[in-house]
Amino acid sequence: MTNSWTDIKNTDLVIVMGGNAAEAHPCGFKWVTEAKHHRGAKLIVVDPRFTRTASVSDYYAPIRPGTDITFLMGMIRWMIENDKVQWSYVKAFTNASFLVKEEFGWSDGLFTGYDEEKRDYDRSSWEYQLGEDGFALTDPTLQHPRCVWNLLKAHVDAYTPEMVERVCGTPKERFLKIAEMIGECSSPTKTMTSMYALGWTQHSKGSQNIRGMAMLQLILGNIGVPGGGMNALRGHSNIQGLTDIGLMSNLIPGYLNIPTEKEPDWETYMKSRQFKPLLPGQTSYWQNYSKFMVSFQKSMWGDAATAENDWAYHYLPKLDVPAYDMLRMFELMDQGKVNLYFCQGFNPLLALSNRGKNTSALSKLKLLVVMDPLQTETARFWENHGAFNDVDPSAIQTEVIELPTSCFAEDEGALVNSGRWLQWHWAAAEPPGQAKHDTWIMAQIFLRVRELYAAEGGAFPDPILNLTWPYADPSTPMPDELAREMNGTALADVTDPADPTKVLTAAGKQVKSFAELRDDGSTACGCWIYSGCFNEDGNNMARRDNSDPSGLGVHSNWAWSWPLNRRTLYNRASADLDGKPWDPERALLSWNGERWEGFDVPDIAPTAKPGEVMPFIMNPEGVSRLFSRGMMRDGPFPTHMEPFESPVQNVFNDRMRGNPVARMFESDAATLGTSDEFPFVATSYRLTEHFHYWTKHNKVNAAMQPEFFVEISEELAAEKGIQRGGKVRVWSKRGEVWAKALVTKRIKPLTCDGKTVHVVGIPLHWGFVGAAKKGWGPNSLTPAVGDANIETPEFKAFLVNIEPATGEALA
Amino acid sequence: MTQREYSESTDRIVQTQPVVVKRYITFTRVNHWFTALCFIVLMLSGFALFHPALFGLTALFGGGQNARWLHPFVGVALSISFLGMFLQLAHLNILRREDLVWTRHIGDVVSGNEERLPELGKYNFGQKLVFWGMFWLILVLLISGVAMWIQYFPELVSIETRRIAILVHSIAAVLIVLVFILHIFAAFWTQGTISAMTRGTVTGGWSWRHHRKWLRELARRQRTKPAE
Amino acid sequence: MTMAPDLDSPRTAVANPPVQPMESNLGQGDVVRSSAGGPVAENPRDLTDVAKLIDVSKCIGCKACQTACVEWNDTHPEIGINVGIYENPLDLTPEMYTLMRFTEYDNPDTGDFEWLIRKDGCMHCVDPGCLKACPAPGAIVQYSNGIVDFISENCIGCGYCISGCPFDIPRLSPTQHVVKKCTLCSDRVAVGQGPACAKACPTQAITFGTKDDMTALAAERIEDLKSRGYDNAGLYDPQGVGGTHVMYVLHHADKPSLYSGLPDDPKISDVVEGWKGPTKPVGIAAVGLAAVGAAAMALFTRSRVTPQDEAEATELVQEEMRGSGQPDDRGTV
Repeated sequence: MTNSWTDIKNTDLVIVMGGNAAEAHPCGFKWVTEAKHHRGAKLIVVDPRFTRTASVSDYYAPIRPGTDITFLMGMIRWMIENDKVQWSYVKAFTNASFLVKEEFGWSDGLFTGYDEEKRDYDRSSWEYQLGEDGFALTDPTLQHPRCVWNLLKAHVDAYTPEMVERVCGTPKERFLKIAEMIGECSSPTKTMTSMYALGWTQHSKGSQNIRGMAMLQLILGNIGVPGGGMNALRGHSNIQGLTDIGLMSNLIPGYLNIPTEKEPDWETYMKSRQFKPLLPGQTSYWQNYSKFMVSFQKSMWGDAATAENDWAYHYLPKLDVPAYDMLRMFELMDQGKVNLYFCQGFNPLLALSNRGKNTSALSKLKLLVVMDPLQTETARFWENHGAFNDVDPSAIQTEVIELPTSCFAEDEGALVNSGRWLQWHWAAAEPPGQAKHDTWIMAQIFLRVRELYAAEGGAFPDPILNLTWPYADPSTPMPDELAREMNGTALADVTDPADPTKVLTAAGKQVKSFAELRDDGSTACGCWIYSGCFNEDGNNMARRDNSDPSGLGVHSNWAWSWPLNRRTLYNRASADLDGKPWDPERALLSWNGERWEGFDVPDIAPTAKPGEVMPFIMNPEGVSRLFSRGMMRDGPFPTHMEPFESPVQNVFNDRMRGNPVARMFESDAATLGTSDEFPFVATSYRLTEHFHYWTKHNKVNAAMQPEFFVEISEELAAEKGIQRGGKVRVWSKRGEVWAKALVTKRIKPLTCDGKTVHVVGIPLHWGFVGAAKKGWGPNSLTPAVGDANIETPEFKAFLVNIEPATGEALA
Repeated sequence: MTQREYSESTDRIVQTQPVVVKRYITFTRVNHWFTALCFIVLMLSGFALFHPALFGLTALFGGGQNARWLHPFVGVALSISFLGMFLQLAHLNILRREDLVWTRHIGDVVSGNEERLPELGKYNFGQKLVFWGMFWLILVLLISGVAMWIQYFPELVSIETRRIAILVHSIAAVLIVLVFILHIFAAFWTQGTISAMTRGTVTGGWSWRHHRKWLRELARRQRTKPAE
Repeated sequence: MTMAPDLDSPRTAVANPPVQPMESNLGQGDVVRSSAGGPVAENPRDLTDVAKLIDVSKCIGCKACQTACVEWNDTHPEIGINVGIYENPLDLTPEMYTLMRFTEYDNPDTGDFEWLIRKDGCMHCVDPGCLKACPAPGAIVQYSNGIVDFISENCIGCGYCISGCPFDIPRLSPTQHVVKKCTLCSDRVAVGQGPACAKACPTQAITFGTKDDMTALAAERIEDLKSRGYDNAGLYDPQGVGGTHVMYVLHHADKPSLYSGLPDDPKISDVVEGWKGPTKPVGIAAVGLAAVGAAAMALFTRSRVTPQDEAEATELVQEEMRGSGQPDDRGTV
């Protein structure tokens, strides 16, 4: 989230699209009710199904799964056409005026530079025109035909309301009504917030869905302002923390990158990261990359990381592929190229697309280690459960070791919520039975591995032998020890760069924040964005003062928020070019002539003059991007792409299937179905009664929603002769499931490109272990294709067929 | 052998000096007293649940819970038991022309001037009234009782129907208790009656006075054939 | 806001309730009505009326209230089946005192589809039909703050309350043989806490406080709903049962029955009134009078059998038996 949960109460309009906040995030959704009750805010829901969020909305529109980009580009087109643009914001705070290279263009659904062979773009033309001084060329009048604004206008021109209706199936009058409601938020004193989740990410072009809304929000001037923002609702209580500390295969903590094979040495690695400003006077905060990176290396290897050995850069693994995401891991596993798989807090048998392939892949492992507080289907993938898990245990040789871990209520530490708040919590109970904390288990493994390396040497023992392990009890790293490590420590006195005699933090003390990190080896910091969470003031994450002098839900003394306890990202943009808040009623920050002051920590240097230093300090441009240059693999603007399995062809290019640059393994391409065989669009989702595959173990949750079902319209039920509550079989090219039929008015057939499109809703939550009735997850049906940028599997739009079930497959 | 119209096959004059008449065999008497016992249990437990002032009666059964579960089971027992009575007694309780005359002269019954009344068979109209009253009211109580028996038949009827059932059950219960009172009263008031259900016999005088046609038929049935 | 323990009831469930230990502050001394002539307090404290307000326009049907209810009351609803609807369990049960009910409604006036979700449960009537119907003294009580509570020790499990309730709420436990329903968490209210469901509700669709405060809050909500085009928004506090201590804010207050059959105009059934009204005294009087009358008559008059009758009988019998063998001297035949 750019903003915080509590900030949602400041909004005038909530749009829930690509998510189902009331059901999947009911506790956070309270802030929507708060905004509705106390601010008179309106709520719009755009979703294939009339969800429980829609039940409390002011306006609802249906949409065909996987067509959000068309809807959003249509929205941008309408805003431009009807002059619903926050012009001061767009001109000053976005790259609307930047000139783009002449070669850049778009036709037939593709941008320039497409190579069909490689399924990739040559992105060199997706770039600004640079002057001789290295700075980007701009036209502040927005008259230049090559300026981003005019290219955007041209790009969205095709997305008329009629086109939206044709592609999305959203009735034109509903689209226009929503456009009018959103258009009101182009006023500087009215804001819209976007709340989304996996309904947008789980597509082969998920990142572009989110880009689409971010662009709309920028055009309305809603980024960085109270009640605005792009608010990704994270699906697990600490999934934000997971991404922050770099559990992605290509990241290290704080969104720093694991080097690739093309970056064999420190110099090459750093060269492409310390972005120089693209406009004069801009911050381009990533220029500090080396400070974070060196401090990270010092935190990892202490004295073994020195200036002489390039901070032990050679200890870091170098990626030979862009990422070892889970789709790739399971592909490799299925090819027999993985021997040992550690599965910690993860249930891939049900969570990863194409279950049949998952079973096959896990069966080829030599050893599977499952660390989980609960019994998981993955740990029992080899066990026969009739139709629910139809495997032959005698044919599976994988050894499975289960290491029971503690659950969240049994350990201490910080959970990072969607709003980036690190909230410390304390153990409420002892782990039962043989369950142990994850940190204890990992310490045991590490200590033994280190012993082996010490005894036997091996090819490259240094990174293991030299790893910093400063814990009081080496076998049990404590949560506060780990938190302090992430905050960072001064290894030598940290002095003020302007006055080297002034010691900011003495050696051995916790650094105050990442502003004190240095690239000379004098500081260590495990996760630079968390720096400040546990400094000499103590454990700031454990703060519990809920006072809010702002009245805007800032709550600065409640827990701690990264970065720097800042509650709203880009908050400098909540004030105009002169530093005056756009809306005096919701004043977060203002320029007092000398410095920024207000209720939140400014997202800019405190003395950065408003007319000179632009708000988006992480971008070398200093402004936000309507045109994202070559940063994304599938285009600098979002363009309509059909899901890989779709009932209709791409209106721009009927030869194009799915996202033209999404990575697709050959084995997976063979398992894609067509609409002739599988005429219905399926989408998957959570239900509010459950959390993933966990709560089916809980008898109370299981009683609230006991049995697997699929949702279909009354029309489809009539067409197929399906009774409410009757059994159905749903199958795709990849598998089949049996479920109860929930026949509802809440899903209505859509008309897309003259064709009737029926949607089948498939909730997750059921498996073959736990208290609830046995069932299946949607991943028995979903294709193994991921987003072009981040490889999130396409769970939200695929094709199935359905029929009344005969036989007794349901237990 | 004389045709049997007013008597049971088991009814017979057992002694002539003085006359003693067998009115009820042991089975019938046991059946009657079992029914009576059930009735009393039902009445007491029913009253307890009918009016708060009488809730204390549940103490007889060891508390309200016991009274609550006992009542319907005893109700079923009574119904079955009464069915036994019914099968034995129903045919002689069918109303006849003379019952109408008897009813018209009810004043003479009360004042003891029974010579002004027609001769009667085994049962007079009053007794028949008790019999049929019991029969119909038990039927009503049984049906409404099952509808109320929520432990075992929670889904049998709608709440609205059950409300009516409860009301009907209460009213029928009051009526059947009235019939019961009439029954006891008549048994006591009419001297010589109770022995019919205790020893199974009545005196000739009682029979002559109240059920002369019955007595006459029994005597005729016991006429020895000339050939003997 | 924390509540001082000397207040008679918490003002709102939204506020943080007290955390210090507190003696139960609601009990027999506050009973103003008790079923079947059960004991009531002689000088009950005049507690402020409390109420739970359920704003259906804020309710997202998440069932957190159901879950909290199960947890607090330590009930064990069975893991059932899906029959093609969102309700689960499928109905209120002795193990499930509250239930989200879902109605799919095509609004003919607006042409819009609406999904109406209502939390069902005890309404805590001012004039409770259950209490009226109950034959067991003290099994159902009403406290002076308005809470209608079932006292299981006194319950005999007859289920009359089920027939008495105009809202179809109480459920008989076939195993415990007592009837169960929402207590409005009287045991929590007694120590200054709001009901568990209100505590758990993520959107504050369920709030708890004094009836006056809740009515005022409802007025605020109704105004908001009217501004959103729900011209018939209103408060459901049905006067047919004297008002209730659980109230709804409805978008369509003109048609409560849209919400899974919420009664449009609930009142204690005339049949129940008739049963618990005239039938009881009239019946007892009739039985009493009949018994006394019969006893008196039996005492003063008697239909006697005379020796004359016996003689007549002997004569008749001999006459009818004429031609038969002589009876022996004991007259045995």
